Amino acid sequence: MDLKKISDVEWEIPVEDGMLVPGRVFASEELIKNIKGDKSLEQIKNVAKLPGILRASYAMPDMHQGYGFPIGGVAAFDVDKGVISPGGVGYDINCSVRLLKTNLTEADLKGKEQEIAHSLFRTIPSGVGRGGDLKLSDDELDEVLVGGAQWAVEKGYGKDDDWKHIEDEGKLGGAEPKFVSGRAKGRGRGQLGSLGAGNHFLDVLIVDEVFDKRVAEIFGLEKGQVVMLIHCGSRGLGHQVASDYIKAMEDEYGVPEYDRELVNAPIKSELGRKYLGAMNCAANFAYANKQLITHFVRENMKNYFADFEAEVVYDICHNIAKFEKFEDKEVLVMRKGATRSFGPGREEIPEDYRTVGQPVLLPGSMGTASYVLVGTKKAEEISWGSTAHGAGRAKSRTQAKRDITFEEARKDMAKRGIVVEFGGQKGMVEESPFSYKDVDEVVRVSDEAGIGKRVAKLRPVMVVIG
Amino acid sequence: MSYKFLEHTADVKFRAEGSSLEEMFVAAAAAMNETVRGDIKILEQEEKGFEVEGKDQVGLLYNFLEEFLFLLDAEDFLVAKVKSVEIDDNKLKCVVVGDAAKNYKFTNDVKAVTYSDMFVKEKGGKFVCEVVLDV
Repeated sequence: MDLKKISDVEWEIPVEDGMLVPGRVFASEELIKNIKGDKSLEQIKNVAKLPGILRASYAMPDMHQGYGFPIGGVAAFDVDKGVISPGGVGYDINCSVRLLKTNLTEADLKGKEQEIAHSLFRTIPSGVGRGGDLKLSDDELDEVLVGGAQWAVEKGYGKDDDWKHIEDEGKLGGAEPKFVSGRAKGRGRGQLGSLGAGNHFLDVLIVDEVFDKRVAEIFGLEKGQVVMLIHCGSRGLGHQVASDYIKAMEDEYGVPEYDRELVNAPIKSELGRKYLGAMNCAANFAYANKQLITHFVRENMKNYFADFEAEVVYDICHNIAKFEKFEDKEVLVMRKGATRSFGPGREEIPEDYRTVGQPVLLPGSMGTASYVLVGTKKAEEISWGSTAHGAGRAKSRTQAKRDITFEEARKDMAKRGIVVEFGGQKGMVEESPFSYKDVDEVVRVSDEAGIGKRVAKLRPVMVVIG
Repeated sequence: MSYKFLEHTADVKFRAEGSSLEEMFVAAAAAMNETVRGDIKILEQEEKGFEVEGKDQVGLLYNFLEEFLFLLDAEDFLVAKVKSVEIDDNKLKCVVVGDAAKNYKFTNDVKAVTYSDMFVKEKGGKFVCEVVLDV
């Protein structure tokens, strides 16, 4: 495959066999070496073959092989001629990250880390359902699917300021519960307010370094402050929506001969519209989910600090398709393992951040730094307003298990001074930093390419994984 | 009947084999359930049956494996083992035995079964399939 270097942080795959647009990869020499190790460049080429794709098939610096689109894949489609593919959104619809800032400093946590981590672990993953006390009726679940985080706040799980600092104000329009199957609802009903497993987590971190003081101040962040990251998605409900529509689209439209996983439907077709209606429901489920977890975190932390406060800094989608305007033209943007990164002035950004751009949250792997970035005008011009979403997996889970034992992973965390609470030993090994790309390098590339600028670096002190 | 896990950067991939199509399905279910619950032992407390259909063997396998996620998420049921699988054309009947999931400490990483690289084939009197699970 021809891969042309454009700059130190940008590569192009020229148009060839069946591609409608070129491929564009934001990566350094170091990251591209790793990217070449799996099928992700091939996947970028296949995405470029989808009808109605505009400009280019993009990949963010943390890209790796995914289902259909690579993780880190971004593409925009003409609303009239384009298609929607569940493979461009992913199984975990609106897998997303929320950052909370607290009124604590690192000194407040001293000596209590173990106890707090343990109590957070006990409080969070169980959540509502699975032995919890809130059982949702059919009507209530439909309200969640339409109302998202705003539903949760109305029910007493938080305050209005919370949803004002969420992408889409925590409630995506166009949600149609009637297009979510009974099976999907059955899987989600008992899972609201739970973290889930795998790469989903709750981190307690310290603002370790501030790169841009003015923007950090506007986001309410300062050095030494305790913050929290919540990473989770739409759980079984979202996964089943994806499965249901992949099957339905296969039956209706067949599979593209270049990649079965890129099964799709025209945006304006009945099936395309139904998928979008169901996808928006799953996205709202994920927003409500994190709102409940935020509430549980607040309640739990009050046991340790009576005047504990946690404000939502921002909450961003990683896996989503959305109608957005660029140069006055509406397009459908699919971001799969990528973050929206809008610059100053966009009306989608909360008012108090609008002068500087939206916060972009970039969690590292377990035990490594996470970052807060700010969106840019340049991203809107060169990457459909998108940047990376995390460190990006570099090693297979099977490889991870061969390379490192549970004990080694645990010792490594202890050496880094991090308290870890986990559901199972396998997560500890598979999610260890050894399995991931270097998050510092991913952020450096985003910053240098200008698609998301560094604001602050966060250092983890506690990690709770499902 | 046997299964083994293969390399995949982001997800879990396995190959399952059996001397009949039914045996291969049972092996695939075992690989799936190992991925879901790890190596913890599940007690054989309760029996459940289900039926699925598929438009071809791959579709049937997909729907069969997906049923285990549904049992766990919607019915809080963890499978200890598959007792029987009967396949008639594109219809499948299955009986499983297991226990309530709330009785166990485990984490399920499996989000979905995928069609990625999926195949079912007969080779020298043996049935083989490969499946990628989204985790």
